[in-house]
Amino acid sequence: MLGADQIAKYPFVQDAGQYLKDQGFRLEQFGMDPDLEPIVKKAFDRIYTAAEGKTYKSDLIGNQASKEATLPREVFSFLLAIVLLKLSGMNTLIKRFALQESIRAEKYLEADLKISNNPSGSVILTDEQKSIRDVAAQIIKEISNVEISKPEEKNEGNYTSGKDEWLVNISDYLTRSIHFHEREWKLINRKVENGKVYLSSHQTVRLIRKELGMYINSRLTDTKTPEMIPGFENYVNKLVSLAKKFRTFTVDTGEYPPCIKHAIQVLEKGENLPHSGRFMLATFLLSKGQSVEQIAPLFKNAPDYNERVTLYQLNQLNGTSGSGTKYSCPSCEKLKTQNLCFATSECDNIINPLQFGKKRK
Amino acid sequence: MKETDTKFLEDSFKKYYFEHFDLIKVPERTSEREFGYQKFNSGMTRHLSIKNDKELHLLFMQNIPSDVYCSNGYYTFPNLPMNEKDWKEADLIFDIDAKDLNLPCRIDHTVAVCSDCNEISKTYDKCTKCNSTKLEKKSLPCLNCINGSKNQVEKLIEVLVNDFVISKENIHVYFSGNEGFHIHVYNSQFQKIGSRERSELTDYIMFNGMIPETFGMKKFKPNRSDFPDINEKGWRGRFAKEFFGSKSNRSKLISSFVKNPLDEYPSFKNTLQTVSKKIGVKIDPNVTMDIHRIFRLPGSINSKSGLTKIHCEDLEKFDAYTDSSFLSDDPVEILANCPIEFKLRNKKFGPYNNEKITTPTFAAAYMICKKLATIA
Ligand code: SF4
Ligand SMILES: [Zn+2]
Ligand SMILES: [Zn+2]
Repeated sequence: MLGADQIAKYPFVQDAGQYLKDQGFRLEQFGMDPDLEPIVKKAFDRIYTAAEGKTYKSDLIGNQASKEATLPREVFSFLLAIVLLKLSGMNTLIKRFALQESIRAEKYLEADLKISNNPSGSVILTDEQKSIRDVAAQIIKEISNVEISKPEEKNEGNYTSGKDEWLVNISDYLTRSIHFHEREWKLINRKVENGKVYLSSHQTVRLIRKELGMYINSRLTDTKTPEMIPGFENYVNKLVSLAKKFRTFTVDTGEYPPCIKHAIQVLEKGENLPHSGRFMLATFLLSKGQSVEQIAPLFKNAPDYNERVTLYQLNQLNGTSGSGTKYSCPSCEKLKTQNLCFATSECDNIINPLQFGKKRK
Repeated sequence: MKETDTKFLEDSFKKYYFEHFDLIKVPERTSEREFGYQKFNSGMTRHLSIKNDKELHLLFMQNIPSDVYCSNGYYTFPNLPMNEKDWKEADLIFDIDAKDLNLPCRIDHTVAVCSDCNEISKTYDKCTKCNSTKLEKKSLPCLNCINGSKNQVEKLIEVLVNDFVISKENIHVYFSGNEGFHIHVYNSQFQKIGSRERSELTDYIMFNGMIPETFGMKKFKPNRSDFPDINEKGWRGRFAKEFFGSKSNRSKLISSFVKNPLDEYPSFKNTLQTVSKKIGVKIDPNVTMDIHRIFRLPGSINSKSGLTKIHCEDLEKFDAYTDSSFLSDDPVEILANCPIEFKLRNKKFGPYNNEKITTPTFAAAYMICKKLATIA
């Protein structure tokens, strides 16, 4: 179903092992053949870049595989990156890699949905453009089960490309949009017609962002760890020490209560912490005297991390901007109702996490 | 409620149920629903499961309930406690009630009944006779109230049909038996969505939570072409029609918005609020958000009035105070203290000032349910 360029853009939809086989390769070859060594190096770089929190820039030019050789390198390096990650067993790196790959995929999806989009509405799509667009729509369906369609645009048998608009069922829209807090995501602030919500390509991709991340992540975690491949040891060892570097960024949680430790763990795993959890964590650390700048990096791994927004929100909580009131950490009772409490005997009937560890008389 | 009153209501309800089983049918997919009922002077019995019409009729005859309910939700195990039921989906339901419309006529037909001494007055904060603050407001909605509610139902249907493409056959309108209408929507794309999603739908239907940008108004450099057209579909169009009125007025207003956007923005925001009050559909959001609600069963009597929750085939022609009144007209002697005149089955009753009178059963039940009369 996927054309060559598409596989390079969306390598995660392929069955990794099968693809290699189809191309006539065995994994072991990459550890031995010096001609293939650059691809392994590329795979390592790909992980390294992701670990640094940057998106890997592919060799694709204008979203097309420029040279004959580019394509296999793109796809193989992705597949080999998974193998290296699996061999290293470093979950922090897997999370980081998955996050960056999904950011990368988002960009391609958006561009493909928007392809040859012409505001004047009268450009006829080539078969190729149409197929690129359809593949992006199919991938969205595959990862999120959301069907998207263009508003009626058939013009005497030709597909024209009109406004940057996609249609999504209201129910599919709502189950996802309720997790977004911006007012423009409220249904009342969207164009709604015939049971469908109108979204731009950007918004369409934003809508399924979480599922895209989960899909890529599950692709990685579901892959079986192969036996060590001779020739890969060096890279794998480098990854292990690379992962250690990220551990030092961990906050020393020794004297923190279980609820706070748990929240930090969730964030470090790159999983989503609900808004209430972020609120608890931030207010707790601020009360402990940490600065906004110290706390902000904690949220870096969150699937929807945005530095500007995070700093803004932290400053609000700290009272350094906005209303000027400093928010206090919620009570244990409140946190229990929000399923954020993970009390142990050490909690000793305290009423606020801030009291944790302080001897009571 | 006094025992003689309860007995009278039970007898009349029982007679209705016995004679009108044709009006009381189990809803579709019966065995997946939860049923519940209430008896006079007692609490709610719920988590019941029922298989067919026969079982339902048995429930009515054995218990002579004051009110009967059925879930909008579908469950694998409807008779288990809530968290073990295994919720599958729920019909979309709406409650439109005259009391939420705040019509000016309302005060004319609302009284306060003291729960301690039964004194009836127009003072709503405390009893004029015994100073008790335990007051129950009772309203005998007038035709204006019913028509106001009908109008809301029509607006709701317009949104459901035009914006959500729900087919008319799947929208069932019922008179609630008291002051408004219940709308049941079947087989829509919303069957499986949860409570938070439904809450978003209610904001949409009520025209709540809009930002000016949605209607083209921006603080900086608004674009003429972003403002809605009068003929546009959805809320943009409905807003434009209400606010701009005419094409020429639209053009004029937009010119001033584009010229001074920063000054105009706050007032545009206020306009949205004002217009919302006028064109938003006045539904009770709590009912629509509830995916576990047990909702009054069509064909059953509403014990707040003694009238039946009945299907309105033709909303426009529907006459609430004739078409929902099914109790007998056997005469009965009551002590009526009902200062408001009302009409049932095209007959005027009241006002009564602590009078012993003889009225047909359906009118007596109406007043007794409203706590404005007792059996003599
Ligand atoms: S009891 Fe309080 S401090 Fe302990 S885990 Fe629960 S919320 Fe945190
Ligand atoms: Zn009193
Ligand atoms: Zn009225």
